[in-house]
Amino acid sequence: MIWDNHFAISVIPLLLQGLWVTIEITLLGTLIAAVLGLVFAVLRRLAIPVLSHLVAFLVVFVRGTPLLVQAYCAFFVLPAYGISFDAFTTGAVVIGINYSAYMAEVYRSGIQGVPAGQWEAATALSLPGVRTWGRIILPQALRTVVPMLGNYLIQMFKDSAVLSAITVVELMAAAQAIGSASFRYLEPLTLAAGLFLAISYPASRLINRLERRYAPQH
Amino acid sequence: MRPSIESTHVSSPPVPQDTVVAPGLAAPVSTGVGADAIIRFQGVSKNWGSNHVLKALNFDVAAGEKVSIIGPSGSGKTTILRILMTLETPSEGLVTVDGDVLWSVNAGEKVRETRQLRETRRKIGMVFQQFNLFPHMTALENIIEAPVHVLGMNRAEAQERAADLLKLVGLAKHMNHTPPQMSGGQQQRVAIARALAMRPKVLLFDEPTSALDPELIGDVLNVIRNLAHTTDMTMLMVTHEMRFAEEISDRVVMFDNGGAVESGPPAQIFKNPQQERTRTFLRAVLQH
Repeated sequence: MIWDNHFAISVIPLLLQGLWVTIEITLLGTLIAAVLGLVFAVLRRLAIPVLSHLVAFLVVFVRGTPLLVQAYCAFFVLPAYGISFDAFTTGAVVIGINYSAYMAEVYRSGIQGVPAGQWEAATALSLPGVRTWGRIILPQALRTVVPMLGNYLIQMFKDSAVLSAITVVELMAAAQAIGSASFRYLEPLTLAAGLFLAISYPASRLINRLERRYAPQH
Repeated sequence: MRPSIESTHVSSPPVPQDTVVAPGLAAPVSTGVGADAIIRFQGVSKNWGSNHVLKALNFDVAAGEKVSIIGPSGSGKTTILRILMTLETPSEGLVTVDGDVLWSVNAGEKVRETRQLRETRRKIGMVFQQFNLFPHMTALENIIEAPVHVLGMNRAEAQERAADLLKLVGLAKHMNHTPPQMSGGQQQRVAIARALAMRPKVLLFDEPTSALDPELIGDVLNVIRNLAHTTDMTMLMVTHEMRFAEEISDRVVMFDNGGAVESGPPAQIFKNPQQERTRTFLRAVLQH
């Protein structure tokens, strides 16, 4: 099979559409993962009897099963129980919840990294719990985890290709669709790989710079 | 009250004399100061598993008194401060501050933080060995955080008071510096200002100079000395600075093995200790 420039150029608009969906999924998924992960991490730390154990179990479950299986379950099994969304929404939520389990661990390590003395000073000043978390603990914990969260964002960007299996027409699905329609896979798949790289490489360079900037203060 | 009892003594049974300790038993060390105690430990124990850090401790501090606690590490002296600051829960016993119950724990009981405890805690401030300033906030922000968000003081007033406190500790120029930009001695002085901003009735010092370079200790001690001489705040300090304890304290208490071994004015403890344990301890620490 020989590379056909004309064909390659002709499929670029479709691939860019797919790339845009990939980016949307990644941003939405990251938002869900970042917020949910933080909630999980704080709930576990608060050690609320039943709730904290439930969260701990959820984290273990999500981390212990493949993203592909979770996506299939959400898209093909849950509708049988009346829970049904379109592929895009399901994909964003599944990947968001999946990554929230990993991000919860990142947050947890960040929270643990805040010295006990900071909690003690907050107690000694009688600061209320919400204020202690919001103004004292989390600002210090988050500083150290920003680069790690960034790495997960890039990983999610690549992992979102898995969602092509549940008919989300993101970059990978777009390339596949072009391939099966035209029986030419070389150009669309090569271009898809190139587009993934074109985004993820500069992004990881950016994360490296963030890493240096947000080095721990202690 | 006694005179009035004496005057109506005629028909009433004899007033019992102060309890006399049975011969052969060691008299309990008197660390009591009577009815005007602002801090009162009654039968307070603290156990870490089989390790008894405090053993049924009775210990009082009078309002306005400046008390230094000395003793070897592991003697339970820091635990006293940590129980008062509610950083540690006693295993058993009663602790009152300014007449309010801080802790009331029966043996084996699981203790929860109550509203009463949170309110009583506000009367107490603490200066830590490691300063524990908030590193992402300026000196000023560190100081106004609690007055604004705990006492509900308005921001402008809190800032004004914070500026005065920074002046008091000699750091007026460092208002907008963050802890990483300051030396340990400066951080500790900001930490003292931060504790003072809550206007505590009782201020606890947990080895306030132990983490400092020797040349930075003087400035911190000057600030504490100044507070001791010019305020009627009750001060309770765990320290290894014996000469400083001797100079500023109304009373020095020697701790060992989970209890008070000896308590008295600095002149007695340092010049004429009554207990052998106090003598050996002071000999060891003053030798070098």
